[in-house]
Amino acid sequence: MQAFDFVSARSVDEVVAALAAGGERARPLSGGTDLLTQLKEGRRAYETVVDLKRIPELMEIRIGTDGLWLGASVPCHLINKNADIQKMYPALHDSTGLIGGTQIQGRASLGGNLCNASPAADGIPNLIVHSVTAHIAGPNGSRTLAVEDFCVAPGRNALQSGEVLVALQFPAPGKNFGAAYLRFIPRNEMDIAVVGAGASVVLSDDGQTIQSARISLGAVAPTPLFVKAAGEALAGQPVSEETLEKAAQIAQEAAKPISDMRGTIAQRKHLSGVLTKRALRIAIDRARGTSTVDSLGRLNGNG
Amino acid sequence: MAVTEKAMHATNGHTSPPASKPADGYTIIGSRPVRPDGVDKVTGRAIYGADVRLQGLLYGKVLRSPHAHARILSIDTSKAEALPGVKAVVTGADLPTAADKVEDLGESAINLKYLSANILAHDKALYHGHAIAAVAAVDSHTAEEAIGFIEVKYEVLPPVMTVDDAMADNAPILLDGLRTDEMGEMGSKPTNLAKHFRHQQGDLAAGFAAAEVVVERTFRTETVHQGYIEPHTGTAQYNTDGQVTIWASTQGTFAVRNQTSEILRIPVSQIKVIPTEIGGGFGGKINVYLEPVAVLLSKKAGGKPVKLVMSRTEVLQATGPTSGSNIRIKIGADANGKITAAHAELYYEAGAFPGSPVGAAANVVLAPYAIDNLQVDGYDIVVNRPRSAAYRAPGGTNAAYATESVLNEIAEKLGIDQAHIRLINGAKQGDRRPDGVQHTEPIGLLETVQAIAESDHYNTPLTGKYQGRGIACGYWNNWGGKSSATAVLNADGTVSLNEASTDIGGSRASIAMQFAEAVGIGYEQVKPRVGDTDSVAYNDVTGGSRTTFSTGMAAHNMGVEMLSQMKERLADVWEVDAVEYADGEFSGGDNHISFQEAAALIYKTGEPLMVSSTVFPRSFGPGFSTQLADVEVDPETGKVTILRYTIAQDVGRAIHPSYVEGQMQGGVVQGIGWALNEEYIYNEKGQLLNGSLLDYRMPTALDLPMIETILVEVPYPGHPYGVRGVGEVNIVPPAGAIANAVANAIGSRMFELPMSPARVLEAMKE
Repeated sequence: MQAFDFVSARSVDEVVAALAAGGERARPLSGGTDLLTQLKEGRRAYETVVDLKRIPELMEIRIGTDGLWLGASVPCHLINKNADIQKMYPALHDSTGLIGGTQIQGRASLGGNLCNASPAADGIPNLIVHSVTAHIAGPNGSRTLAVEDFCVAPGRNALQSGEVLVALQFPAPGKNFGAAYLRFIPRNEMDIAVVGAGASVVLSDDGQTIQSARISLGAVAPTPLFVKAAGEALAGQPVSEETLEKAAQIAQEAAKPISDMRGTIAQRKHLSGVLTKRALRIAIDRARGTSTVDSLGRLNGNG
Repeated sequence: MAVTEKAMHATNGHTSPPASKPADGYTIIGSRPVRPDGVDKVTGRAIYGADVRLQGLLYGKVLRSPHAHARILSIDTSKAEALPGVKAVVTGADLPTAADKVEDLGESAINLKYLSANILAHDKALYHGHAIAAVAAVDSHTAEEAIGFIEVKYEVLPPVMTVDDAMADNAPILLDGLRTDEMGEMGSKPTNLAKHFRHQQGDLAAGFAAAEVVVERTFRTETVHQGYIEPHTGTAQYNTDGQVTIWASTQGTFAVRNQTSEILRIPVSQIKVIPTEIGGGFGGKINVYLEPVAVLLSKKAGGKPVKLVMSRTEVLQATGPTSGSNIRIKIGADANGKITAAHAELYYEAGAFPGSPVGAAANVVLAPYAIDNLQVDGYDIVVNRPRSAAYRAPGGTNAAYATESVLNEIAEKLGIDQAHIRLINGAKQGDRRPDGVQHTEPIGLLETVQAIAESDHYNTPLTGKYQGRGIACGYWNNWGGKSSATAVLNADGTVSLNEASTDIGGSRASIAMQFAEAVGIGYEQVKPRVGDTDSVAYNDVTGGSRTTFSTGMAAHNMGVEMLSQMKERLADVWEVDAVEYADGEFSGGDNHISFQEAAALIYKTGEPLMVSSTVFPRSFGPGFSTQLADVEVDPETGKVTILRYTIAQDVGRAIHPSYVEGQMQGGVVQGIGWALNEEYIYNEKGQLLNGSLLDYRMPTALDLPMIETILVEVPYPGHPYGVRGVGEVNIVPPAGAIANAVANAIGSRMFELPMSPARVLEAMKE
């Protein structure tokens, strides 16, 4: 790692100016849990690093009737200890509680997780199923983007030169809403997802019918995948194992994984179905306030 | 059976720690005092290899080969040398010609020519990460930048990655000069097969003919790393008068001295090696990698000290690992389950240079059982992977995995309980090892099987559909080796104990305890210290589970001698014929004084008192272990969870039971990693893909249950306190026990390690 200029920005305008001036040789820094590793391992090199953690908008947590405004640099541990977020969006902890360990969670942010644009990111499928909107500032003013459109290739996001992600806006969960994120790793911690799956549902008042659903998969495509068809197939269907199985099959077909040292194509396609079904079961449990499955989404401990 | 004493107790993580009280008949041994190095380690004050800081220190960096197999056509270091801040650059050309001679390092042996070529490549790069050149500069960033300016021209050659690749007709040859040692006769053709040897007993054909059941299976295991948490380091200063000082995190300072001396052709008397604390070794910190390179750099930099520290990736790419292997096992048994014949063929990948642990594996593979008709064939094969290094019972885990898997298949076919078939066949005193060595003293294999069979764990039924249970046994030879120590009686009644066995697993405590026991003083009165190579006589590595055994023996001898000299001195002072010592008091005539008063009196009345001991025990007690694993398999993901795990091990005599239990648990944990997820993953070019602890998946705390321990004590009569080495045999059975448990859980057997989720899922489909 070679020396670089460090800009401690105090406003969004300062960030945009520094990034625009630096161009391709500048990069924003939130928690740094990805960036610093990439610099140290020589996978990336920058001349300017712009710190975002002293900018109020990027460190803000604002909860209202319209939902949650989450500053892009808010670290996971602040999300985990915020009782209102835990109450409104309990599924968020499925991601923020497993990214790295305690020390990493003290620095790592969901905004950073999104901008790093890893296909296997543990935060992004969860954001997609929560229908989150990304708020972006840049030299030409502000714009918004649905999170499912934010990642464009492995390690590459939709931000243009000089642009910075300011915040993630979560719509109000609404009643009978439930969500979940599950990943499969060979160990029980400190690992990168072989496959990740997020699911959210809105149920009818009697809890028997799925009114709408969203499914998202990680580590099975160049970017985190929004499997729109799987969610649509669930709309209007009764809550049953058969229904979930159908959605799981669609998710499995939508998965376009590669084989690498972390998993094979066959294993990843298979797990896409398994995890979709399991995540849906947990999401339904949360929507209903029941607990019919274990923490891995298994019905009887077996699958 | 001549079991002289046997004691068992189980410790369980859910209860409070066992009381610290000595074993019957002892005052210190068997208690659990705090380790002398504990405070410094928990407060972060302990000095490890990378903590060494010296005036004018330069920082080094090694350039490594991106190719698995390539001829080095040229190396141009001029641009690196021209970079401001760079003080020295070295390549293989700076190494003197090494002798074509084998150096015995205790747990491993290596031809010095190969050792030299391993630390800085000579004419070929033989694995991804092979050291090519090194730089010393004013800071680490400059050194890192400088290695990027070294221009190396390679002729890339096809990589040879596995036993099958290496043994194929027309396989690319790694080492031009290598010829096969075919059972003592040297071949004439270039080859990748360094050695084939055979052990034979009885009549194999007749044994199989007498069998009711014969099972023959072929297994594959992957390369795995020791996984010590402290990366390799080496700091050296080459003084202008030719004296060399090395600061090393090593299992053996004298091993570093000898290897550096041989590689660099510097007399041992001109090299002093100072040990730092060591963050794990498991056999992997016996070979030198960086120390001679640091010496060369320091010499070129005009005598400034140079420090080299590896990254984790360098550690995984270029140090450690133990062999991947192909193993074929054929076992026949009669209708009662008694083994009638066994044939094992062991093909071990040595890495880039000969010297896999296949020799030790050949002793382990059938050793727990008394078998009249057997044959073991061992093959040592070079491949384009890092040169294998010793790893805790080197070669044993893969070998036992194969045997224990086949034995369970036989038990299943005959309808015999898996513990019972081991009791039927278990070796005992008088039986012979596969290589013919007879167990002339008591051994504890059957006692460990019995301990497991009687355990609460074995007698608690499984409860789930996808749960399974497996047993496996294991053997390790252990070692004696040379140890040296001195003990100085201080005027305040304490004793300074100087020894040179690097303390990896609490050996300062276990050595001090044996000394205190022999003298009859308190453990706290003994101040153990691990000295440098100029402070005591030659001392072998901490390896082969020998330190508490041999250095402990030296400590015992010194204790006896010190007490005897103290009595003589007091007899002279008191002018009496005889002095007795009991319960902390010396008595002679009307005189009665405490140990502390005696120490003061001796100092006042005469010359200081110091004793020393050097030992080289030729015989030592082997270790046996039997282990029991319960697993649960997730049928939709193939993930294996270890539900419960119990290890019984014959420990001879547990000097410090907490540290013995720690060794047992540690070995099991490493074995679990080997069984389930650890493996080197290479691409088709022979480049290591998972060179980080993120993707080289060792188990974490959340992946493990409490490992329950049962200490079986069958004392070894050749040691004053009955000690057997306890550090290694515990890693031998885990892969076999877990393989048997997984087979039991999923109803089909796997023949490959690791049993990672994708492979288990495949096995469940069949």
